[in-house]
Amino acid sequence: MEKKKNAAGGSPLARVFKSQEGIAFAATIILFVFFIVASKSFRRYTTIVTLCNYMYYILLMAIGVTFPLITAGVDLSLGTGVVCYSIIGSFIINQMGMPVGVGMLVTILMGVLFGVINGVIIATLELPPFITTLCTMMIVRGLGSILTGGLSGVWPMEGSKGGWCRNILKVKANGKIIPIGIIWMIIILVIMSVILRKTKVGRYIIALGSNKEALRLSGVNVAKWTIVAYSICGLFTGLAAIAYACTFSNITPGTGAGLELDAIGGAIIGGTSMTGGVGSIAGTFLGVLIISLLKTGLPYVGLQANWQQIITGIVLIAAVTIDVLQHRKKTT
Amino acid sequence: MGEIILTMKDIDKTFPGVHALDHVSLDVKKGEVLALMGENGAGKSTLMKVLTGIYKKDSGTITYEGREIEFKNPHEAQEAGIVIVHQELNMIGHLTVAQNIFIGREPLNGGLIDDAKMNRDAKKLFEKLKIEIDPTEKMNLLTIGKQQMCEIAKAISRNAKLIIFDEPSAALTDAEIEQLFTIIRDLREQQLGIIYISHRMDEIKKITDRVTVMRDGCNVGTLITKDCTKDDIINMMIGHVIYAAPKTESHVKPGTPVVLKAEHINAGRMVRDVSFELHKGEILGFSGLMGAGRTETARAIFGADARESGDIYINGEKVKITRPEEAVSAGLSYLSEDRKQFGLALKKSIVENSTLTCLPKFCRRQFIDKKKEKEVTQKYVDMLQLKTPGVDQLVINLSGGNQQKVVIGKWLIGDADILIFDEPTRGIDVGAKEEIYELMNRLADEGKSIIMISSELAEILRMSDRIIVMCEGKITGELDIAEATQAKIMNLATMRN
Repeated sequence: MEKKKNAAGGSPLARVFKSQEGIAFAATIILFVFFIVASKSFRRYTTIVTLCNYMYYILLMAIGVTFPLITAGVDLSLGTGVVCYSIIGSFIINQMGMPVGVGMLVTILMGVLFGVINGVIIATLELPPFITTLCTMMIVRGLGSILTGGLSGVWPMEGSKGGWCRNILKVKANGKIIPIGIIWMIIILVIMSVILRKTKVGRYIIALGSNKEALRLSGVNVAKWTIVAYSICGLFTGLAAIAYACTFSNITPGTGAGLELDAIGGAIIGGTSMTGGVGSIAGTFLGVLIISLLKTGLPYVGLQANWQQIITGIVLIAAVTIDVLQHRKKTT
Repeated sequence: MGEIILTMKDIDKTFPGVHALDHVSLDVKKGEVLALMGENGAGKSTLMKVLTGIYKKDSGTITYEGREIEFKNPHEAQEAGIVIVHQELNMIGHLTVAQNIFIGREPLNGGLIDDAKMNRDAKKLFEKLKIEIDPTEKMNLLTIGKQQMCEIAKAISRNAKLIIFDEPSAALTDAEIEQLFTIIRDLREQQLGIIYISHRMDEIKKITDRVTVMRDGCNVGTLITKDCTKDDIINMMIGHVIYAAPKTESHVKPGTPVVLKAEHINAGRMVRDVSFELHKGEILGFSGLMGAGRTETARAIFGADARESGDIYINGEKVKITRPEEAVSAGLSYLSEDRKQFGLALKKSIVENSTLTCLPKFCRRQFIDKKKEKEVTQKYVDMLQLKTPGVDQLVINLSGGNQQKVVIGKWLIGDADILIFDEPTRGIDVGAKEEIYELMNRLADEGKSIIMISSELAEILRMSDRIIVMCEGKITGELDIAEATQAKIMNLATMRN
């Protein structure tokens, strides 16, 4: 078991590029440069707007799901959750005539509620996270449609009453769209990064995924922190639902399955380990950026939806392989 | 040496089929190191688990610091100042050293964890213990020895008053052991009570004040370390019980061909330059203490774990075995010490388990011939005297002895000529043990060759034609059954080189 030369040796710079975040960062730059060189139309301002539109809700979901992933769990109910909660929000606003602010609050609370439900089932009944959240994924898919009578959801459009919600993530100035959502994202990224790295919440969630039994024997309530991890994920699913509703005009009930895979994929590309104990918010951001770049960039070089799927799949396999290889190096 | 910190009196514990602790008593004083010794399965670990609340005792009393106590879980014991430093460490690999030491009681500064203070405190702690470890290093990058030092530091920082070391030296280098001893002596100075579980005689002589010896769940006695010899302790450990019919001479005639030859096998720390031969119809016993590398040797030969070097010859021909499939087709079989985890599909029937290694034999085109499968299994069930209402019975419903027979049957159906039995009678009651022994003897008479790994000396002496003894990954000796005694085997098994 002698490990005189450990995997993270060398200069700080070399260390960065050996970490998965470093690799993801390099990959992001390469992708950007590639698309800029390969496609003239990619070099337009509107590309950034498109990219942002797509990124906001995926990023929020990915930040949320990073927490269950670090505990060696997962949350599959994100995707259908986003659609379900935003439809419920729409129902509150349109059918019940409540202000947009109330709709937003209910949307977030729905997310937190299902996060807590997931957490309680996983922590106290000790069901596998995969199964638990697969079931809640089905439940929320049906729930959205039932509560709203199968109507699709629309949040107030710009200009109409409550239309300010459309200006949370982007504003129009001088005929140009400015994606101010970027500022929100930066604030959220910083806060969540601090929570993960510098507070008990983050510390215990990492420890939970690294060695649950050791944490338990240290006198820490592991059930409580498991619930916290899934609740954070639920909160961010609610936030993602708002971003989704404020970006798109029409929300179709019963859809959303599959969105969670982009979020989970982003987190994993960013270095979050599915075996638990490892992950960072910065990594998750870079991972989502890579997935979003592929989604928005590939059409510019003539590769349509099916090719995006294939390439995203390959990138994911590569990312997980790196994770597994690093894990193996450390345990032998 | 000061007053008594812990007294365990008449502790009794029974598991289904095993009387694990039979009215055991023990006491530890402040400022002393008490060695707890005994063969594998003598009850040392069980006793410590009762103390720290992992198991509940059936009867007896535990008095700690003058009060009678019974801990519900290890955490409660920890709170009271009793800490076990386990052989398998309970560390959180992805966190740093300091983060591990202070887990569950992090100092806060404005709501955020004060990592700088933790690092400073950890550094101070290490300085006090004269340990050189960087508190900011990730735990999984440390050697096992250093991780153990961290666990000790963690225990001390939690105001431990009684520390139990469970075979601490098994994974340590000589230099690390020296360091560990320095720390233990320091702790003794500070009037802590220490229980030191180990098999290594030289260490016991060096570091402990008294030795309590256990055998078969009983306390055999306590000696003052400096007044006794290594032989005194060994004699107490093995006792003078006459075991049923030990073999007196080898059943293998001189000149019997060699069926399996291993040459200079190396596989990690636990298998170092292992060479041996196995003859046709021979039962070759592999003896040694826990962690001697016997199972690892078997797994390396069977291709279950990667070998770094070494050759394997079967019937004189060199064979390439890098995966279990290749071992099986060469006629080898491995019956794991952990039947439930590695040997059986518990929720499947006897038939399904039995034909697993050679399913193609029972297939017509791509379909399994269920009738043939059943007939053949029935034949082996009869032969092995496996007690079951029928071959469709799920394995999980069988007793330990009968489960073991299913594993044996599985390999026999697969036509294995060389059988490696790893702890063949572990967890099996006495009657069934006899049947397994008879069966092994019969197989050997029929020309099957057997390697038997066993931690029970009585079993080794009763079954083997020849005995190989291992210690720390190396073969330390080979004994013909005619010359083998418990004392000789124990001597070889504790021989460090």
